[in-house]
Formats: sequence, C-alpha cells, structure tokens
Amino acid sequence: MIPAAFDYHSPKTLSEAFALLERYGEEAKVLSGGQSLLPLLKLRLGAAGHLVDIGRIPGLEYIREEDGHLKIGGRTREAALEHSDLIRSRYPILADTAAVIADPLVRNLATVGGNLAHGDPANDHPATMLALQAQVVATGPKGERTIAIDKFFTGLFSTALAGDEILTEIRIPVPPPRSGGAYIKLERKVGDFATAAAAAQVTLGADGTIQRAGIGLTAAGPTPIEAGEAERFLAGKKPDDAAIKEAARLSAAATSPTADRRGSVEYKREMARVLTARALRRAVERAGGK
Amino acid sequence: MAKHTVHVTVNGSPHEAEVESRLLLVHFLRDVLRLTGTHIGCDTTHCGACTVLLDGAPVKSCTVLAVQADGREVMTVEGLEKDGQLHPIQDGFMQEHGLQCGYCTPGMMMTGYALLKSNSNPSEGEIRQAISGNLCRCTGYVNIVKSVQYAAEKLR
Repeated sequence: MIPAAFDYHSPKTLSEAFALLERYGEEAKVLSGGQSLLPLLKLRLGAAGHLVDIGRIPGLEYIREEDGHLKIGGRTREAALEHSDLIRSRYPILADTAAVIADPLVRNLATVGGNLAHGDPANDHPATMLALQAQVVATGPKGERTIAIDKFFTGLFSTALAGDEILTEIRIPVPPPRSGGAYIKLERKVGDFATAAAAAQVTLGADGTIQRAGIGLTAAGPTPIEAGEAERFLAGKKPDDAAIKEAARLSAAATSPTADRRGSVEYKREMARVLTARALRRAVERAGGK
Repeated sequence: MAKHTVHVTVNGSPHEAEVESRLLLVHFLRDVLRLTGTHIGCDTTHCGACTVLLDGAPVKSCTVLAVQADGREVMTVEGLEKDGQLHPIQDGFMQEHGLQCGYCTPGMMMTGYALLKSNSNPSEGEIRQAISGNLCRCTGYVNIVKSVQYAAEKLR
C-alpha cells in the first residue's frame, strides 16, 4: 500500500520544525517513530500534506533522573526504555509497558512521545503515565509548557497539544520509597492492541497502608481512563484482598469500552476488573508490601 | 510533490537516488535497487517479512520511508553472504529446516542475525521473544528456533 502523496521535511532544530508546523498548519503532521502514523497514511485512514520528521533533531532521546523527576525525551524509542537499566531497576511499570508495545521490531522505531501524542486510547503508555501522574512538556514557538497527563487526552486521537507544539519530554515525579507499579495487558497475540490492560502505581506508608494509588486503564473508553474513584478509595486502606477487590470493581465501573473483534463490552469490562486487581497486587508486592 | 535526493549505504555500498517523499524503504530496496530478497508480506507492520537492519537494528521496512533512511546504513538479506560463503544464520536455516515456503525467511534471518550480534548465547525464550514480530505460517517456529541456535553455536 502506498500513502497519498505528501512532502517530507527533516528539520535539524526545533525552531525549524516550529516554522514548518506554522507554515503548513493543519496540513502538517509530526513524524516521530512513524509506527502509528505511517500505517494510517498507508491505509489512507489519515492524510497529511506535509510530514515534519523530528528524527534528525538532536537531543530528544534520553532517559535520566534530574530535579526529582524521571525525564524521558519525547523521541526516546520504546526499545531504549525497555532495555534501560534505570527503568528496569527503578520504574518496572515502564519496563512492563514498553515490553508489550507492538513487537520488538516496531519498538526499535516507535517512540514514547509518539505513543502519547497519537492520542489513541488503545496505546499502552497513556494508562501508565496516568498511574504515574506524569506531565508532558509541550514545546512550541513561544517556549515550553507542561501539561498534566490527566489534562492531555482530550478525545479520541486528540490531545491538548497545539498544532505548532511538539511533545519534547515526559516528566515523572520520582516515586517516594516503598513505591511500586505494574502494567498488565491482555492481548490476543504479540503486536495486537490490548483487549484490556491496567496500570497501577502505589506508595505505601510506614504502617503498610496505601498513601497513594494511581490506576490507568487502556482500551477502556474514548480516551485513556484514570480510575479516580478507585484511587481515592484505596488511599489510607491496607492493601488487602478486600480493598483490592473493591478498587478493581470501581475501576471496571469507570470504563466504557466498545465491542469489537477483541470482545464484547461485558467481557472487556470484566477483564479491566481482573487486570486491575492483578496490577494492584503486583504493584503492592513491588512496593515491598508483601 | 518535491523529490528528495537520498544517500543510503546498503550492504556496505553507497547508493544515491531521487525518491518521492512517500516511497517506502521496502520499495526503494526492491524496485529502485532491485534487491528483491526483502519480501513484502502483510504490508501492515505485522508480519516482519520485510525486516531489514537500519543502523544495525531490525525494523519493518514497509513502515519506514526511504527518505528516513537518508544518510543511514541498511543491511538486507543479500548482505549476509560473504565471498560465496553463507552466513551461519543462513546455513542454520538450511541445516535445521527452518523454512518451508521461505516467505518469512529473509526477515527471520535478519532478526536472528541482529539478535546474535547483541546476545551470542540466547535462550529459547529469548529467541522466541526476539522473533515475536516475525510471523511464520509453515514451521510452527520450532525449527526456526533451532536454526538460530545452530547459528549461535557456529558463531561462538
């Protein structure tokens, strides 16, 4: 399949990229790893007059802890995240997530920023970033601003990014001691979108009760879902079976999945419940709870 | 639409060509350079028949633009054989019957080759994980795993 004709631009700096995005307006699309955009263009489900490839702009691929945050460059490839020692040892929820995105070949090109900026509720990073209370850095001609992840996904395939902005960084607050997280995905086969998936991040207090819980759900509605009611329910509770069971029930109640070849609404909602419970248990375990 | 001049090193040889923006890397390799060893399977980023190495990393060349490969190095299945000698990964697929129809084989071999570059003694699980983006409809994968193991042993 051959995409409809477009022109290709490969700016060497962010300012060149902003100028191109301003010049071509709605005609322009940012090309990052291309693993979502190029299939869309090939299938002609989407069109763009101009692709602005940010792959030749230096300084957008990094993973580091700095100023109390984990900072991930917007163009960091999923494979880099998956194999990073820092991520594997300190942020296993992110290693879990990267390892189940598409397949290893796709992950050599696909980027973390692209996974978020595409605005697809079936993508995997949004749920994880919701659970981690991440912020994204949007950089545009007037400078940069940070957007809280729970304000970022505005609708199906749409985000709070302006047309001339590029997602340059993801910032995750370094979790306090006794924190842990996990992402668990149900997929029909490697490379498929999630039938359902759940991300959970918990911080335990010295007495073993949950200080904070973050829960994000994939493929559970028109946008990535944060299970706010379940998060609030867990605060102050001991992470026992009864609490996890109730949190999982509240999480499933927050979903509004659509039926497709992956399953019915009822099945997907039930899977959201089961996976939330599993992700919470693993998160608690990793936090040192038991 | 403007055309772009690209310089791509393929299997060690530099190539220069004028390409349309929308030309896919797999079409550049097959139609412009006439390197038809790289196959087009599903054409939807699933099957991995079109796997080539881009700066050493295996990628699906149906989901990369030729212009994105400008200034970079590509290795295709034609680059495996050296001086009439099959690469051990090729020999492995022959010795261990790692193929039936052969359609997935170029992609499988490129992924296997890249795996063995970074991991000289992969476990069966690591091999299966590495090739999880390459689909085979004939073998059931058992002999493909053996083929990669054969090559790993020869390369050690």
